[in-house]
Formats: sequence, structure tokens, C-alpha cells
Amino acid sequence: MKIKNIFTYCFISSLFLFSLVCIWKILVTLQGIELTNFNFNKLFIFGITLCAINLLIGKKLNLNIKITILALLFSIFDYFISINLPIWYSFGIFLISLFFFNNIKDYDKNFLSKNHSSQKLFFNFLTLFGITLFSFVILFPFYMMLVTSFKTQALLLLNPLDFSINFAQGLPELFKSYFIVFKDYNFGRYMLTSTIVSLGTVIITLIFAIPAAYAVARLNFFGKNFLSTSILIIYLFPAIVLVIPLYTIFSQLGLRNSIEGLLIVYTATTLPVAIYMLQGYFKSIPKELEEAGIIDGQNWLGIIFKIILPLSLPAISSVALYVFMIAWNEFLFSLMFLDRPNTFTLSRAIQFLNVGAETPRQYLMAGSVVVTLPILIIFVYFEKYLVSGLTAGSVKG
Amino acid sequence: MSTKLAKIEKRTAYLLILPSVFLVFSIILFPIFSNIWISFKNVELKDLRIPEPRAKKLVKSIKDNPTEIKIIYKLRNSSLTQEITNVKFKDKYPDNIEPTNLDNRCQYKSNLLKCDLGNWPKKYRENLEIVFQNTNNQEISKKEIKSYKPKLSGKSKNILLTYEFTLNNFKKVIKDRAFIDLLSTTFYYTFFGTIGAIVFGILAAQMVNQKFFGRTFMRSVLLFPYVAPVVALAYTWELLLDPTSGTLNNLLINYQIIDGPINLLGQKYLTLNILGFDFKLRLALTTVIIFEIWRYFPLAFLFILARLQAVPKELYEAADVDGANPLQKFLNITLPQILAVISILFMIRFIWNFNKFEDIFLLTGGASGTRTLPINVYQQGFSIGDIGMGSAVSIVIVVFLLIFMFIYFKLLGKRADEN
Repeated sequence: MKIKNIFTYCFISSLFLFSLVCIWKILVTLQGIELTNFNFNKLFIFGITLCAINLLIGKKLNLNIKITILALLFSIFDYFISINLPIWYSFGIFLISLFFFNNIKDYDKNFLSKNHSSQKLFFNFLTLFGITLFSFVILFPFYMMLVTSFKTQALLLLNPLDFSINFAQGLPELFKSYFIVFKDYNFGRYMLTSTIVSLGTVIITLIFAIPAAYAVARLNFFGKNFLSTSILIIYLFPAIVLVIPLYTIFSQLGLRNSIEGLLIVYTATTLPVAIYMLQGYFKSIPKELEEAGIIDGQNWLGIIFKIILPLSLPAISSVALYVFMIAWNEFLFSLMFLDRPNTFTLSRAIQFLNVGAETPRQYLMAGSVVVTLPILIIFVYFEKYLVSGLTAGSVKG
Repeated sequence: MSTKLAKIEKRTAYLLILPSVFLVFSIILFPIFSNIWISFKNVELKDLRIPEPRAKKLVKSIKDNPTEIKIIYKLRNSSLTQEITNVKFKDKYPDNIEPTNLDNRCQYKSNLLKCDLGNWPKKYRENLEIVFQNTNNQEISKKEIKSYKPKLSGKSKNILLTYEFTLNNFKKVIKDRAFIDLLSTTFYYTFFGTIGAIVFGILAAQMVNQKFFGRTFMRSVLLFPYVAPVVALAYTWELLLDPTSGTLNNLLINYQIIDGPINLLGQKYLTLNILGFDFKLRLALTTVIIFEIWRYFPLAFLFILARLQAVPKELYEAADVDGANPLQKFLNITLPQILAVISILFMIRFIWNFNKFEDIFLLTGGASGTRTLPINVYQQGFSIGDIGMGSAVSIVIVVFLLIFMFIYFKLLGKRADEN
């Protein structure tokens, strides 16, 4: 067993334990509890000691008993160096250290004397560390968005770190920001507009894209290769270079401030990717099926409706979900084309809230939750379809 | 027979693709070309309103004479900058009334008043007065007269359709001192945003590729920033980073890591002292890049994960037999396997970050050193109101874009040859 390995092991594990504790402490601080020190020195050194003990015990003791004892030791130590903290805080520390010692329980002298063990250790911890850190960094803004919407401006000014949710005040008081956002700021209407625009875009895009994709995938015609390469090129053109001409044309045609105008633009911008994704899938359907259809006397329309569509339902749903997501999240065109509040989409409405006079932040965040939640629910529920859509369409973003 | 079938096939194909081609052409290709047209013109936002002739109809009764009535048309040119030529006027009247004093530009025939009002210069105003009398000496109903609305038509030059061109916009774009700064900011943002997203994407993919509890959940969570609407995310970040009431600054001060709040989105430079040397870090730009990385690394992650899962397990087993350490395995097996994906990803992300507008616009609005080319398009076109300038900047973007696309398709073609 190399000294270097023991040293790396103790150092990395203790650092990992400490960062877990730090994340927990930050979350506790955000509940309005006064905590002003991470106690880096003490916790780090004690962590190293416990890791060394873990190594010494090895497998001599029942592993479950070992991790419980070590976790208890750690949380009692933390309890004594930090003052006046609620019991659930220490319980959290206990669970975290339990999780941690469970992860390092298998390390003993034998493991450390193997080849490359310090690197393996390092990579194991990097993975664990990465997973924790990544989830924290990603979920933290979403968490803040949610909890801010439950607070009031006065309470936030009083203690900007207190995001604890007071469930005792009753549901109407708790969801007050949401009531106000829907009642005073008209978010019900914006939500309806957003839904109509997004669903409309999906339907029109599919109506246009399915026949075109079928033609590109299956039929022979002059200019086919040119068309299929230009689809990708057109797709790479960003909205920002279209905005000025479209703005001038739309304002002269009177299409600004109308849902129709928005629908036309959204459909046209999502059409290339929809065709691109669908034709790839149509190509993978065996030709024999269509030949059988032709023998049965079907025309092109019949083939598309009776053979192609039922078979490519998964691809069509991922295209539909992807297009829905793009249309729901779209911001630039709605900023340019809509300036009357009665035609706003959700994204535009939130931007309007922010730019307008001092809107209290909890309303802004309640609005953000309203626009984010539907898309996240759809994403989690249809994850499989949406992920394949994202992968196929992710040339754009 | 076969040629006939081929003909039918061809016709069907054109029928099926035509609607899509038409829509894409009119909404995407046509605007890109009209950008070129607009960029050579001197157009401002206020010129976009088409000048139209307008008339306001006032009906006034004449004292002690109910059988006569006076009608005043307040005519004006709505445009402050352009003239309207060949203005025609038309209005309808009820039966049995006739004008007594008809303007010589007008004609009255079978209840219709038609006037040829000629050319109206800009800001033109005129009051057209006509007195009508009832032919049967009866009282005239004001209400009925008011119910008809006058119709006007006229021709005006649409500034967008004239053949006057100027090179001023491009001259201004290129001569602008800030142009070099604009370009360097754009490239700085694009390059580091892309590299960061790919590095974090590799890390995340490497992690999720291992087996652990809650792996599928983790994969969903990692994609959240990419799926959620940018507006909501940008404003949440803005609140988090706010110098006075933001959570991040308050946390850092609470734990005594910094002494005073840092305005992460509003401060252009931060001077860092490393080993006795002063470094100037572009703070707001860096923050925006971090947001960019946070939001787009999921995409890189998704691509790389898909590729990682296709790497044959035998390679790693063979490496184990050879006694390779984890770092060697990563460098010699994983990295070469995902290199192709990374290079394509780099190009795609580079192109998209180069054109990114919403993220910066929502976070800083282009202030404190975060003005990139797309932000400049918006500012020139809509904040300053110079549509021609905005178009000229768009053209600059398109030119860069075409260069990047050329490289990208070269790369793609090369990859296709290798496989």
C-alpha cells in the first residue's frame, strides 16, 4: 500500500464530503437560518480522520454498522462546532454523511494497493462529485424561480436569503402571486395565445412537412438532391437575419400584432427541420410495404395516410413535440411582431412585465413558472420522443 | 408505360413539395435577399408607414335653414415626409339632395360625389366645404349623411420600392470604430461559449455513461436548461445575480467570501491580481458566456452521450487486460471515438452561438461590453430606428455565416468520405 494512495484517498474523499456539506449548508441558509461559516478547517480535518478510520476498519466490521457509526460521529461533530441550529439540519448532515460513507465503504487496504487505484479513486469521486455538482448547478435556478414566486416583496427585502415557504398561511395566500399574475396581468389570455400559436404551428407544420418529406424520401424528381441539401442550409440561417425584412414586410402588410403572422413565421422557420427529420425516418420504412399498397390500388394519398403515417407515428410525435417546444419558447419574433398586449404570447408577456414599471419579482417569477412548467411537464412525460427530436433537430439551438 | 409512371411520379412530387417550398421561400429566402436590397437604402423605422390620404367628415346644420346643410371635409396627408400623388375622393349621399357650391375639382352625379384632388405634398392639409340643399325643400337628416364614410385613394412612393441606393450603411458599419470591438466581442463570446459547452458536455456525458442510481432521472435533469424557455431562465439568472438583492451576492457576503457585492451583469471589467500581474477580465461578458454554457451544454451532452453508448465495450476490456489506467483509457479510447462528433458539434454550436440574440438581449441588453453582432442588428434597426443600418449588419452576419457553413459542409463531406 502506497502512502501516496492513502493520502489521495483521504484528501479527495474529505473534499467531496465537505462539498456535499457545503451544498446542504447553502440550502439551509436559504431557509432563513443564520449560518455564516462553512467551518472548512475543522470539517475537512475531521473528514480526513474519519476516512482514515474507515480505511483501518476495512471489512472487519459489518459494513452497515460501520457506515452508521461513522456518519453519526460526523454529524455529532458538526453539531458541536455549529451553534443553535435546528434538529432537521443535523439530520440532513447525518443523511449526507450516510450517503458518503456508503460510497466509500468498500475501500480498504487491499483496494489501495492495486494498480492505478489512486486514479480510479479520483475518477470515481469525480463522477460522484460531478453528478452532485451538476444537479445542484442546474436545478438551483429552477428552485429559486419556484420559491421566489411563493414569497412577497416585503419579506424578500427584509431578509434576501430567507426563501422558506410558510405553509401555515394557507393556500390562497401562498399562491397569491399566481392569482395576481392570472387576474391582474392577464396571464390566462397569454397562455391561451401561446397554446393556440404552438399547437397551430405543430398542426400546420405537419400538414406541410409530411407530404414534402415523403416526396423527398421516396419520389424521383428533378432537383431532389438540390432540395435536400438546401433544406439543411436554410435551416442554419438564424432568425436575427430575417427579422428586419420580415418586420418591414409585415408592417406594410398589416400582419404585425396578429396571431396569423406569428403562425406563418413559426411554421416557415420550423418547416425545414421537420422535413429533414421526417424524410430520414420515411427512408427507413421498407419500400415493399408501399409497393404492396400500389398493387392494392392505392394512390399516393392513400399510401401516405394508410401506410406511411401509421408506421411513422413515433417520428411524427417527436417532430410534433420538438416543434411545439420551439414555438412555445420562441422569443425574438414575438418581441418584434407583437406590441399590443392583447396579442402577447407568454414569453413576450414576461418580457413586458420585466421592462415595464417596477414589477415585484415574485410576480415575474410566478410568470416564469407558468411559462416553464408546461414545457417541463411535457418534456418529462414524453422524454423519449423529445430526446430523439432534440438529437435529430439539434443542429439548431 | 414506365415513362408515364415516372411523369405521374414527378408531378405528384412537385405537388407535394410545392406548398412547403413556397412558404419557406417567401418567409426565409425572400427576406434574406431583401436584406441585401434594404441594406443599400436609406430607410428608417418611421418611413415604413405607408402615407395615406385621410378625411374627417364634419356635418354642420345652417342656422334657420333646415333644408340646407354644410359639410366640411378635413383632408390631410398622414405622412410627414412623403407626398401623395393623384388623390381621388369619393363619398355617397342620400337621395334628393344637391350641392349648391361645388368645387371645380369635383363632380356630383347620382348621389355620388367624386373629386380629383391632385397631388398632396407632405404635411398637406385642406378643408373642403360643400353646402347641400334638399331638392324637395324638406329637412335634411344629419344622421343619414353621417352614416356614409368618404373613401380616398392615392399613390405614394414606397421608399422600399424606389431605385435609389446608397453605400452609406456599409461605409458606416465598416468605418465605425466600435466595429472591431463588436467583432472581437462576438468571436470571444462564440468561441468560449462553444468550447465551454463542449467541455461540460463531455464531462456530463462521461458521468451519465456510468451506471448509478437515478441515471435516467439525471439525464432528464441535465436537459432542463435547454428545454425551458429562455425568457424565464434569463430573468431568474438576473435575479440570482442582482448586486443588491440577488441571492448569489448575498450568499457570498454571508459566508464572507467577498467583501462587497459584485455587479456580475453590469460591470464591464474586473481587475484580477494574479501573481502580481493585473488582469482585466470582461466580467459581464464572462457572466453571459457562463449562462450560455449552462444553457447549451445539454445539447453537447446529448450528442456525446449517444456516441459514447455506441463505443464497443471490448475496447475497454482490452485496455484493462493491457493494464491501462483510467486516464489512458479516456485519452486513447474515448476521446478518439468522440472526436468526430465533437468537431461537428463545434461547428454547429459555433454557428449558432455566433447568431445568438435572445440570451444576451435578455440578460444585459447588450450593455457593459456584451454587444455582439446580432444585438447590434436589433439596436441599429429598432433602438436607433435605422432599418438600413440594421440590414447592413445582418448582411455582415450572413457573410460570416456563409464562410462558416462552407467550412462546416467541407468538414461534413470529409467525414462522409472517411466512413
